Amino acid sequence: MTKKQVTSQTEAPIIDAKIPEGHLAEKWTNYKANQKLVNPANKRRLDIIVVGTGLAGASAAASLAELGFNVLNFCIQDSPRRAHSIAAQGGINAAKNYQNDGDSVYRLFYDTLKGGDYRAREANVYRLAEVSNSIIDQCVAQGVPFAREYGGLLDNRSFGGAQVSRTFYARGQTGQQLLLGAYSALSRQVGKGTVKLYTRHEMLDVVIIDGRARGIIARNLVTGKIERFSAHAVVVGSGGYGNAFFLSTNAMSCNGSAAIQMYKKGAFFANPAFAQIHPTCIPVHGEFQSKLTLMSESLRNDGRIWVPKKKEDAEAIRQGKLKPTDLKEEDRDYFLERRYPAFGNLVPRDVASRASKERCDAGYGVGNTGLAVYLDFEDSIKRLGEDVVRARYGNLFQMYEKIVDDNPYKTPMMIYPAIHYTMGGIWVDYELQTTVKGLFCIGEANFSDHGANRLGASALMQGLADGYFILPYTIQNYLADQIRVPRFSTELPEFDEAENQISEKIKRIMAVQGKRSVDSIHRELGLVMWDFVGMGRNKAGLEHALERIQKIRKEFWSNVFVPGKAEDMNNELEKALRVADFIEIGELMARDALLREESCGGHFREEYQTEEGEALRNDEKFAFASCWKFNGEGEEPTLFKEMLEYEFVKRQQRNYKA
Amino acid sequence: MEKNINITLKIWRQAGPKEKGKFETYKLENISTDSSFLEMLDVLNEKLVRERKEPIAFDHDCREGICGMCGLYINGHPHGLDGETTTCQLHMRRFNDGDTITIEPWRSTGFPVIKDLIVNRGAFDKIIQAGGYVSVNTGGIPDGNAIPIPRHKAEEAMDAASCIGCGACVAACKNGSAMLFVAAKVSQFALLPQGQVERVARAKAMVSKMDELGFGNCTNTGACEAECPKAISISHIARLNREYLKAKFKD
Ligand SMILES: Cc1cc2nc3c(=O)[nH]c(=O)nc-3n(C[C@H](O)[C@H](O)[C@H](O)COP(=O)(O)OP(=O)(O)OC[C@H]3O[C@@H](n4cnc5c(N)ncnc54)[C@H](O)[C@@H]3O)c2cc1C
Ligand code: SF4
Ligand code: FES
Repeated sequence: MTKKQVTSQTEAPIIDAKIPEGHLAEKWTNYKANQKLVNPANKRRLDIIVVGTGLAGASAAASLAELGFNVLNFCIQDSPRRAHSIAAQGGINAAKNYQNDGDSVYRLFYDTLKGGDYRAREANVYRLAEVSNSIIDQCVAQGVPFAREYGGLLDNRSFGGAQVSRTFYARGQTGQQLLLGAYSALSRQVGKGTVKLYTRHEMLDVVIIDGRARGIIARNLVTGKIERFSAHAVVVGSGGYGNAFFLSTNAMSCNGSAAIQMYKKGAFFANPAFAQIHPTCIPVHGEFQSKLTLMSESLRNDGRIWVPKKKEDAEAIRQGKLKPTDLKEEDRDYFLERRYPAFGNLVPRDVASRASKERCDAGYGVGNTGLAVYLDFEDSIKRLGEDVVRARYGNLFQMYEKIVDDNPYKTPMMIYPAIHYTMGGIWVDYELQTTVKGLFCIGEANFSDHGANRLGASALMQGLADGYFILPYTIQNYLADQIRVPRFSTELPEFDEAENQISEKIKRIMAVQGKRSVDSIHRELGLVMWDFVGMGRNKAGLEHALERIQKIRKEFWSNVFVPGKAEDMNNELEKALRVADFIEIGELMARDALLREESCGGHFREEYQTEEGEALRNDEKFAFASCWKFNGEGEEPTLFKEMLEYEFVKRQQRNYKA
Repeated sequence: MEKNINITLKIWRQAGPKEKGKFETYKLENISTDSSFLEMLDVLNEKLVRERKEPIAFDHDCREGICGMCGLYINGHPHGLDGETTTCQLHMRRFNDGDTITIEPWRSTGFPVIKDLIVNRGAFDKIIQAGGYVSVNTGGIPDGNAIPIPRHKAEEAMDAASCIGCGACVAACKNGSAMLFVAAKVSQFALLPQGQVERVARAKAMVSKMDELGFGNCTNTGACEAECPKAISISHIARLNREYLKAKFKD
């Protein structure tokens, strides 16, 4: 089993991100001008595996196939359209400046870098802002029905961490519409035969031949059979690992397994500790609960967040003796507006989440658990009318009412922070290539452009940027010297070995025949994560978490019970395989959080805060991405650093007050 | 207010596509009315696992009414009796102490059963692959604001585009027709300037694919609209019929 000591970070080796030369605004253009390309005749001879059909995977698979490559595309669900991206509500950012409110590529870049608390790579973030506008054009052309103004032009709304309106949206269903756009582009290619689709297939390993990714092993979830697939390159867009917390806003099948498989085959895992806790989710209400539901950040455009000013009022509300609507204006504490006058309710997520937790910990929380704050629409309904509010947020209000059985038009919503997104993930260089040649990682699964905190409406942007506009270029730079490499047989010994390992692992799990259900162990892990690796972290807590996770690992491998057969549709087995990997991820997260002796973005170490309780960064010691290299089961991983040198932007203390 | 209820479940169990299925009866006690329908099934599955039995296979993912993965036929209705609700959004507060609840998979020629409550809806993907898109490649696209679209058109297209592809319309239809699903997609594009170029070909290709895959004919019973969790209107079917006639006329 792994030792819990952490590599001393001073002596860690440095890795290179291959950032192109030139001024920030010219790097991407320079890269494209100098990269190698594959000619059309050769494209046909090259196979690319794309794992995932979310915004990242679907857009990549479709675009690569349009270029002429042969694509094999995999997803867990029964249809590519059901990838978790479908659930994104609020919107997608772009630097169009349609509102003439002072937006620009530079400003979107700057906001994203600052929002990420200066822990993202400058050149990547700039490129992201640069391609953002093309994404909107692309989606409009596909027939995505974005919200429009009366004149017929595209409408925008505001999101946290920005002072301009740059968020494009389709009601509260932006992710759905963008994904359906990508799905239709993908379907067109499937129809043409350029993409071969494998639904209900779960990748279980990457196959490496002579140091390069050349295929995957997947389990057919309908038959339970283990299948082999080979290709010239492998692209993984498998989404985030927030479900390590058991309760999260992620869909049930979201997992970190593909990431762990890549990590174990040599890809570095970067910044695992950077996870986002979203401030506006429906609070936890019972032990039977299976997931948490997000209430989109867009609601903070028109909703005001508050708790009672007096403890006795909060107490009375918790006991059901007082209703929020009974409280007069002067008895309410609009704590975000009070603490952050310049951004008010639209501060970034990490800041809003911590402020809510602070109020609840101090005894001002509402709801029967005291772990909730209000999100109130009374003022906007007065100002705009119920119809306008309904048009903007109708489906969210309906969703809330279904779950909570309360009418948010009449009484304020109750919300509380929940785990929502993972900024950390597989390390990639400027070309989105991992430390394994021929293995690329896109979307939420990579360690991405969001640093220590992601701004709202930027994940959809990143997923589509990666898939439509970045990977289809950069992968060619790799494939250009692969054109003479013939197709690989799946009979090669490397495939045998990978499949054997997987079969052994499955056999081991099936053979435990213990007493605990997979879910019960997953829940236990989730509680440890939330309590000690969640919103407030400290040294003692993290060390405790590492010990607890060891025990949970032992419990899993000696006491889990998976019914049924492995060679059959077996949902419990699917979950078990994912939970085994969540345990590994939980450990990596705690280890990374322990290493990072500073607070930045979503990573809040209680020992490092300002007098006002804001995150206290330490740029001298921690201006790097921590990249973990796997050294074998039971061995301690090695830390590598990517130094985040800023050539163009000066790091500052984030300030949302003035 | 939250309370606990006792219920009896009659659930369709079927080991595989070719096996014979049958109803099994299960009793559950102390189910919180605050829990969702799927959380109630989680509780049952947890109990079955504890009894070392195979849990019930059912599809689900987002559990917030948007991915379209869930779909159970509950007491004779796809997604249950609550209007505009997916199975995952249905809550136990809609049931009473002592209720017997019957749960079946979608039953339709177009959606063969895979296991227990899980069916194969791959046919929907095939229909989209036949023409449910605008043929544009990535890149080289004019500015997003180059073509203004009247707001009401965009809104109507958005209504149609809200379809989650769950298949409840097919399950609700005595003919097993997929017209509402197909019409929603055809309509979305027919309403937008981007969809005009391929308008005629699209309607034709999607409808013939639907026929080919064994879905029944639409006889306008309206059952689909009544059970659709996203309130997709049958007026879209009327539009599809017009589009289709145009297509035929051109032949
Ligand atoms: C409720 C919610 C609301 C959100 N709202 C917004 C928003 O308004 N704006 C915004 O910018 N972002 C939002 N986000 C974040 C954003 O939706 C996600 O970060 C983004 O969609 C991730 O896209 P992806 O393509 O990387 O991964 P996903 O969409 O998660 O797709 C992952 C894909 O990989 C497949 N997969 C995973 N593992 C395997 C495996 N082992 N084998 C085979 N296939 C596998 C899955 O089947 C799926 O197809 C929201 C997130 C949530 C949870
Ligand atoms: S039309 Fe309605 S019932 Fe049919 S698939 Fe779409 S959302 Fe489901
Ligand atoms: S589980 Fe996604 S719609 Fe029900």
